[in-house]
Amino acid sequence: MATASPQRTDGRPAPTPQPTLGESLRRNGVSRRGFMQFCAATASLMALPPSMAPAIAAALESARRPSVIWLSFQECTGCTESLTRSFSPTVENLILDTISLDYHHTLQAAAGDAAEHAREEAMHANAGEYLVVVDGSLPGPKANPGYSTIAGISNYDMLMETVADAAAVIAVGSCAAFGGLPKADPNPSGAVSVQDLIKDKPVINVSGCPPVPMVITGVLAQYLTFGKLPELDQYNRPLAFFGQSIHDRCYRRPFYDKGLFAETFDDEGAKKGWCLYRLGCKGPMTYNACATMKWNGGVSWPVESGAPCLGCSEPDFWDAGGFYDALSVPPGRSGDMLLAAGAAGVAVGTGAGLLARSKARTAEKQHETVTAEQLEEKL
Amino acid sequence: MTAMEFLMLTKGPLFQAALAVFALGVLVRLVEIFALGRAHNYAAPRGSAVAGGLRTMYKRFEPNPGTFKAAPFDVVVGMVWHIGFIIALLLFIPHVELIKSTFGIAWPALPNPVVDAVTAITLLGLIAALVHRLAQPVKRFLSTPEDYLIWGVTFLVMLTGWLAYHRMINPYPLALGIHILAAEIFLVVLPFTKLSHIFTAFVARYYNGAIFGRKGVQS
Repeated sequence: MATASPQRTDGRPAPTPQPTLGESLRRNGVSRRGFMQFCAATASLMALPPSMAPAIAAALESARRPSVIWLSFQECTGCTESLTRSFSPTVENLILDTISLDYHHTLQAAAGDAAEHAREEAMHANAGEYLVVVDGSLPGPKANPGYSTIAGISNYDMLMETVADAAAVIAVGSCAAFGGLPKADPNPSGAVSVQDLIKDKPVINVSGCPPVPMVITGVLAQYLTFGKLPELDQYNRPLAFFGQSIHDRCYRRPFYDKGLFAETFDDEGAKKGWCLYRLGCKGPMTYNACATMKWNGGVSWPVESGAPCLGCSEPDFWDAGGFYDALSVPPGRSGDMLLAAGAAGVAVGTGAGLLARSKARTAEKQHETVTAEQLEEKL
Repeated sequence: MTAMEFLMLTKGPLFQAALAVFALGVLVRLVEIFALGRAHNYAAPRGSAVAGGLRTMYKRFEPNPGTFKAAPFDVVVGMVWHIGFIIALLLFIPHVELIKSTFGIAWPALPNPVVDAVTAITLLGLIAALVHRLAQPVKRFLSTPEDYLIWGVTFLVMLTGWLAYHRMINPYPLALGIHILAAEIFLVVLPFTKLSHIFTAFVARYYNGAIFGRKGVQS
C-alpha cells in the first residue's frame, strides 16, 4: 500500500493506491451475477454454507489488490500455463489478473535489472503483507547454486530474501510443493521443495503437475475473504481441494466396484468407459480436485479422456513406479531379485543337502561291526 | 515419514527384501529336502511310485471321511478359509497385476465384489478357527506360540487388505502400505515356520503316496 511505503530515495514515484478487487472486476466487465456465482462456488468448495457467499462477495469487493511476487525456479512454466490459459475471461482468470502481480518472470514486460527492481519495490512497499507464489523447485543450500540462477542471484538466495518479509508462501505445482521432476531420482541438481527451506512462514502447497487453476484462485479468495489461510492436510495442501481422493470422486468408480476394467487403451472396456486401474490409474492414492472441478473450464479431465491418473499431486510421483503400471505393481525389477535370491536358495539348499548326505555316508563308513564275544569282552 | 514415503518404502526396498528372504528361504528348504533323497529300496516295485505320489498329492485335497466325522468343524472351517485365502491371493485384480509384473504370467481374475465377499468369509473363518483353538482344551494344550504367530500374520494380511479395499484407513497410501507390509511379514515368516507347509505339504504328500504306490497299495 502506498501509505505504508517507506521514503523513497531512488527518485522513482511511490506506488499509487491500488483499486479494490470489486472495481477491477467491474472495469473488466464481470457481471454481478457471474461474480456471485464465483463466490457461491468458492463457498461450496470450502465446505461453507451457501449463506457465506454474500460475505465472501463483500470481502472480495472491498479487498485491496494484494501484492503477489511470483518466483519461478526449476520449472517448466506448465503451472503458469495452467493458471493463465482460459478460453473466456472467467472470474477466476480475472481474480488472477487483478491481484497485483508485481513480479512474474514469464508474464512481466520488464527484464533484467528492471525486473529485479520491481521485485524489490513490491517487497519494500508491502513488507509483511505480500504473498509469495513459488513455482519450481530449487537447488538446496548444499547443492551447486549454479544449477538455477536469475539475474545472477541463486534461487536459494532469492527465495530466502523474498520470503523474509512475506505474509505467506504459496508453493504452486508439485515441483515447488514436493520437489517434483527436478528432485526425481537421482536428483542431479540437489533440488528441494519450498517447505524444505521455509520453516518460519506459513507454506501452502497447491500441488499438481500442473495444479487445477481454480485451486489457486480459491486459496487466494479465501485469504482475501477471511484474512487467514485455509485449513491444510498433512502435506500442507488446502483440505477443501485435496481432502478427497480422485478414486472416491471418480465417475468411473462404479466400474471399479463392479470389477469392470479396461485392459488396453483400445479394447471394448476402454470404449465403454470402464475403470482404468489396470492401465495404471493412480486415482486411489491421489488427492486432488480434478474429478470434481475438471479442466479447461469444466470440459473434461484426464480420466474422462481415457488416460489413467498419474498421481501428479502426490509427493515423489515421478519415482512411484511406471505411469502405466497398476498401483499394486512395485517399482524396480522384482523378477530379477526373485531369480537371484532363488538361485542362491537352490545353491545353499543343494549344499546343505549334499553335506547332510556325506555326513550320513561317513557315519555309515565308520560303523564297525562287532561280534557278541567282543561285546561281552567290553562288558 | 509421510504416508507416501511409507508406501514407497513398503512397495520398493522392503518388498524386494521380503521377496529375497522368501525365495531364498523356501528354495533352501525345498532343495535340501530333495537333495537328501530317499534311502534305496531293494524290493521289487509292485506299482508306480510316481503315479502313486501324484495321485496322493491330489487325493489329500478331499476330506477324509474319518477325519470329517471326528472333527467336522476343523475340516469345514479349515477348507473354507484356505480356499478363501487362495482366491483372494491369486484372483484379485491388483494381485494378478503384481504377479504379472513379477513373474511375467497372468490369468483371469474375479470381479472385486466377489473377492470382497470371499475375504469377509475368510476373515470370519479365521476368527472362528482361533476361537475354536482357544475354547477346546486339547487344541489349546497342543498350540505353541508359533501357531498363534502364523494365525496372526495370516489374519493381518487379510484384514489389512480388506480395510485398504474399503478405504477404511486414511489416507489411502497409508492403508495400502500397511497391507503391503503385512504381506511382507507373511513372506519373511513363511520359510521359517509352519507356513512353509504351503510348499512342503505337497512334498510330504508325494513321498507318502510314492511309498504306497511302489508297494501297489492305496494310500
